[in-house]
Amino acid sequence: MTAMGTATVGILGAGKLGTVLARLAVDAGYRVLVASSAEPSRISLTLEVLAPGAEATTADAVARESDIVILALPLGRYRNLPPASLGGSVVVDAMNYWWEVDGVRDDLASPSSSTSELVASHLADARVVKAFNHMGYHDLDEGPRPSGMSGRRAIAIAGDDDAAVEATQRLVDSLGFDPVMIGGLSAGRRLEPGMPAFGANVGASELVALVDQATADASPAR
Amino acid sequence: MTRVQFGIETFGDIPLGDDGALMTHAAAIRQVVDEAALADDIGIDAVALGEHHRHDFAISSPEMVLSAIASRTSRVSLGSAVTVLSSDDPVRVFQRFATLDAVSSGRAEVILGRGSFTESFPLFGFDMADYEVLFEEKIEIFSRLLTEKPVSWEGTTRPALHEADVYPKTESGSLTTWVGVGGSPQSVIRAARYGFRLMLAIIGGQPERFAPYVDLYRRASEQLGTTAHPVGMHSHGFIAATDEEAREAYYPGYKAMMDRIGGERGWPPMARSSYDAEITSGSLYVGSPDTVARKIAASISGLDVGRFDLVYTGGGAMPASQRMRAVELYGTEVIPRVRELLADGAPS
Repeated sequence: MTAMGTATVGILGAGKLGTVLARLAVDAGYRVLVASSAEPSRISLTLEVLAPGAEATTADAVARESDIVILALPLGRYRNLPPASLGGSVVVDAMNYWWEVDGVRDDLASPSSSTSELVASHLADARVVKAFNHMGYHDLDEGPRPSGMSGRRAIAIAGDDDAAVEATQRLVDSLGFDPVMIGGLSAGRRLEPGMPAFGANVGASELVALVDQATADASPAR
Repeated sequence: MTRVQFGIETFGDIPLGDDGALMTHAAAIRQVVDEAALADDIGIDAVALGEHHRHDFAISSPEMVLSAIASRTSRVSLGSAVTVLSSDDPVRVFQRFATLDAVSSGRAEVILGRGSFTESFPLFGFDMADYEVLFEEKIEIFSRLLTEKPVSWEGTTRPALHEADVYPKTESGSLTTWVGVGGSPQSVIRAARYGFRLMLAIIGGQPERFAPYVDLYRRASEQLGTTAHPVGMHSHGFIAATDEEAREAYYPGYKAMMDRIGGERGWPPMARSSYDAEITSGSLYVGSPDTVARKIAASISGLDVGRFDLVYTGGGAMPASQRMRAVELYGTEVIPRVRELLADGAPS
């Protein structure tokens, strides 16, 4: 980690969200490593075209070499993530329970905790933060603006580990969005599908208002 | 440059009848047949019907409706948009489309895809968790069936095929096959790997965002040694005499549909400002013939696509007469105007 922020951003998932985040991170000057569930060679052309400059590699290499790792795979596959490799890493959970992809899963729709807490309990030693989940991938793609520019959009962040939250805050800012801290990892519930802030592509003050609209005991749509 | 093709698409949304009440599913299906017959009359190139299994859409068996359309038309191509291959049987899909190809004298097209709905999975006894393997195996089987020679195959998602010869054979020996993709890079590469056509579903945001996907398809085709066909795109829209009339007529039904379907997926209600922004700079082609023509021409040039399909029934519960009028304006005014605009901007 340098004064300029995180040097290497790792992304697990090379789908719509993963490739958009990879492109934004390359544009922001990071070294970017991407892995999917397939062999690295299967995603190298995708990255060459959709996120030129990002490197295809394995999930283990992403975990080992990155200062910060973003999870951009379908939430339904979170148990495939390697807890041992990600131990100690700052892990940004950008995933959502999306039953149209994951199928109807009672374990993911559980109202007793946020889905990021499920991920955190699987990745026992990782420092999990929730961010980048509430904005649609095409809004992310179209939305980055330099710091201080009017009309800059905001990304909400929830996490328990102060240093990990700070690292995520710097990442969000350097990718072109205003970071908005909303509380601990359990507060990530307020960003999930079914909540007012889900889908939000708005500035910081409007995002805060949408997050506040969600009451602590409200449950997601499904 | 090959001549750009223009199509219309619908999922069989239920319109309002003359009495202002929602039509029955049966009447909504007949309405689609009538609209397709008009499309054929006025020179629209393609009609494609989606497959859904829910109360707000009437079409669950696109090929049946397309077959009826075939008997009332002579030139328009007849496609599905999309056939949810993962929850279907590739052998049956081939048989149905080869049959449609027969009754329409070679006008059938199949667009395979994931679709944006998943009701077909529980309905036919499939598990969403198996989605990837279902699609991978079935697209492989389908591609072998397209050779129209006996096929042998073994896998996990259907019984094995041993030198299975499947009928009817088509007259051309090649059933036109597309893959509909909503933005998954792996799906784009898969379409290239099989040499299938690529239809991009662009249903939100700036269309230009999809230019890299067109590039990805072409470069993957080159690397894999397959043919890169002209790419297609499909987007929602609606046409009326003036911009204001189109926007106001389309909005209530579109908002109701977006809020209903979006709500099921956890999105908050759609704001009017988002609707207007999608029309101005996003992926909704709503307005007067001239406005819509300019927007379509810009997308066709910007993305270098060879086919544009307008999903014309996204306004949901709107009067059937307005829908019919939109098809008429699309065929008689929008498409000729787009062709003019493209010719003006074409390099000499």
